[in-house]
Amino acid sequence: MLTLAHYLVLSCIIFAIGMAGVLVRRNLIVMFMSLELMLNAVNINLAAFSNYLQSMTGQIYIVFVMAVAAAEAAVGLALIITMFRNKQTINADEINTMRG
Amino acid sequence: MNAILANIGFWVLGITAVVSALFLVTRENPVHSALWMLLTFFCVAGIFVQLDAEFIAAIQVMVYAGAILVLYMFVVMLLNPKSKGFIKMPFKVILGGIVSFIVFLQIIMTLMGADIIKTTKLTGINDPNQLGNVKLFCIDLFTKYIVPFEIVSIMLLVAMIGAIVIAKKD
Repeated sequence: MLTLAHYLVLSCIIFAIGMAGVLVRRNLIVMFMSLELMLNAVNINLAAFSNYLQSMTGQIYIVFVMAVAAAEAAVGLALIITMFRNKQTINADEINTMRG
Repeated sequence: MNAILANIGFWVLGITAVVSALFLVTRENPVHSALWMLLTFFCVAGIFVQLDAEFIAAIQVMVYAGAILVLYMFVVMLLNPKSKGFIKMPFKVILGGIVSFIVFLQIIMTLMGADIIKTTKLTGINDPNQLGNVKLFCIDLFTKYIVPFEIVSIMLLVAMIGAIVIAKKD
């Protein structure tokens, strides 16, 4: 029988994979994709709790999260394009002007 | 019978989502990563359908798989990056894996500490007047959450202007 725990564990696994992607990959585009993966995991969580609590609030928050993800993707990819134009690279290890 | 079908659907969708997410982070070519991301998004949309969020599933397919993914594909094809994209030191790869595994274990331990999460069955969203998912969704969105909704629309406008300003040639 499907319980709340099934969905929460699934979202947890996807979140961990996305986090590993952000930490391990150095290609900025793939790092952004992993961020989208983490946001998707959060959305599964919200949908599961919306079902569990019999309330639509969780689903409305999913739409807000999607709007934030879309805005983040647009601005982030614009930044990546500008960075590539200036530095000819999108490797996060080679962008070290600020010594970060 | 229905419960068995729901179980099969959950396991198929969940395992496909996890496997394609793993492929997303391990492929060297960003184009392959983007295509695996597409599969993950479709599986997550299926999970939303299972959780009585049909409208969200449609939005997921349209916004994520339709708009955001095409944006990523455009950028990948535009830039044609040469870098392989992994951290060079294998030590740091292992460290990143261990850190994310620890976070994973912590969340799992927290979940398994609560008995109510393991035993409650998901019954579906209460819909006494047979309104349907979209109407229920919109009743809340356009009454209780109208102000956040407007703020989100302004945020999207700002993000659009910001992206144009940042990416345009001087």
